[in-house]
Amino acid sequence: MSWFKRSKKNISPDSVKLDIPGGQWEKCKNCGEIIHKKQLTQNLWICPKCDYHFRIGSDEYISILLDSGSFKETNKKIESADPLEFVDSKKYSDRLRSAKEKTGLKDAVKTGTGKIDGRKVSFACMDFRFIGGSMGSVVGEKIARAIALAYNQKIPLLIVSQSGGARMMEAAYSLMQMAKTSAQLGRLAEAKIPYISILTDPTTGGVTASYAMLGDFNIAEPNALIGFAGPRVIRETIGKDLPKGFQRSEFLLEHGFIDFIAHRKELKSKVSQLLGLID
Amino acid sequence: MARTILDFEKPIKELEKKIEEMRKLEDDLDIKKEIQQLEEKMNELKKSVYSNLTRWQRVQLARHPARPYTLDYIYLMTTDFIELHGDRNYRDDKAIVGGFAKLGDFKVMIIGHQKGRDTKSNIYRNFGMPNPEGYRKARRLMKLAEKFGKPVITLLDTPGAYPGLEAEQNGQAEAIARNLLTMSRLRVPIIVVIIGEGASGGALGIGIGDRILMLENTWYSVISPESCSSILWRSWDYKEQAAEALKLTAEDLKEQGIIDRIIPEPLGGAHKDYEQASSSLKQALIEELTELVKIKPEKLVENRLQKFGTMGVYVE
Ligand SMILES: [Zn+2]
Repeated sequence: MSWFKRSKKNISPDSVKLDIPGGQWEKCKNCGEIIHKKQLTQNLWICPKCDYHFRIGSDEYISILLDSGSFKETNKKIESADPLEFVDSKKYSDRLRSAKEKTGLKDAVKTGTGKIDGRKVSFACMDFRFIGGSMGSVVGEKIARAIALAYNQKIPLLIVSQSGGARMMEAAYSLMQMAKTSAQLGRLAEAKIPYISILTDPTTGGVTASYAMLGDFNIAEPNALIGFAGPRVIRETIGKDLPKGFQRSEFLLEHGFIDFIAHRKELKSKVSQLLGLID
Repeated sequence: MARTILDFEKPIKELEKKIEEMRKLEDDLDIKKEIQQLEEKMNELKKSVYSNLTRWQRVQLARHPARPYTLDYIYLMTTDFIELHGDRNYRDDKAIVGGFAKLGDFKVMIIGHQKGRDTKSNIYRNFGMPNPEGYRKARRLMKLAEKFGKPVITLLDTPGAYPGLEAEQNGQAEAIARNLLTMSRLRVPIIVVIIGEGASGGALGIGIGDRILMLENTWYSVISPESCSSILWRSWDYKEQAAEALKLTAEDLKEQGIIDRIIPEPLGGAHKDYEQASSSLKQALIEELTELVKIKPEKLVENRLQKFGTMGVYVE
């Protein structure tokens, strides 16, 4: 399978780089186990000791979910225009530049077409490494186009979400991306084209409150943080500590907001099986 | 009700007080002319203060505790209003109100966020911060409007969707998302009006429509200036800068192509004259409705998809 051959460097924000020559080791955030990168990659970035799912990027999800070599990227060139010339403690244009340099990405989502066990899908995957996976005009537009592509070609839609929410530095424009993507999904639903939403750690704010929660099937990875408001804000609002497991995948499953939790190793087969059952 | 005087309004208030004092002496002294001069001066001052408001000052006006709220507009603009309650599933959320009413010759469904005026009513209304059942009530009412072919008017005025434990447990994100999808496909006209605070997804959750209007002294953005300050500056002290950076006023949003129309308010804000504020809004709504009811449902829905489809700026 494709991911065994991949040697692409994975710089995950929550993985601790160790001062070991070559930087070939990663430390598990959950149990502290030191794991060789090759082993981690072979194990789909899941800790072999405790099953913790490392946070991974769009390239990794493409290798996990799509048939090897089937991904064809679309709308590669879309970039943020910093429409408000936003400045906080830093300039947004500087934040964009450094995110691009750090990740090699243009923005927080990659879109295209690919195959899942030979079945063509429209595919979008977010990237938390790029400004917290936040949704501004670029993310909204690319997601909207991915939905439109599924509509036009009458193929299933698959979106992998991973986001802190709408991007503050594009203010109202970012907010309107929730409307833009949801409106596209409305049309897609009326055309009876399936949409599978995969929620990974973390999916919060405006992304959860738009396309991530609107799947015909909402599937989550284990123990992913999924919610509208962030845990810190809720804690401050209610003035109490939050119960254990609050806003985690298992909590959402219990309360009826996702269809099932899929271990990363069975994510592709579950999606494939589901698409087969409704075909 | 406690009279709230905002910082930038203090010079006006002082002048007003002075004029009032002089009027008391008017019978004894011949000071008619002086009073007249002061009044002229005050009008000039008002005009200059209110036409040069900073973005943060607009935010303060949008939150003014004496501002008309949804139910005030409903009572002033419409007749025959019947409030409808509940999401038919969990409970009735008091932070969102709605029902059928007559607006001029139009029969409409009117829905809005509802704030309270004092501590007691604010607790009752949860400060205008809805829970999921509020969004689900709104959705139910919109589907009713669709069923009976009546246009929908929504009035937005919220500091945000409630960030509570139960709200999360009951699917705040799903409730808002579902409304966005439903509103984008609703086969009757929808007019959205920001009448106070338009804070993020909590506002947008009843905010998709064919026309988006904003009252002059309101704000609409992805986050409040305070929260933006706390996240991006890591301090609560940069709310003025955050308000500037977010470009969140009616004028800003008109320029950004996000809203269609700004409704002027009485000098000093909608709270200075409820009658005038509501009649300007009513007139605008009737004008927009007159146009929208002529459009076929298929076309309405298609136009709405296009409208939101063009929002955003990027290079390619
Ligand atoms: Zn581990």
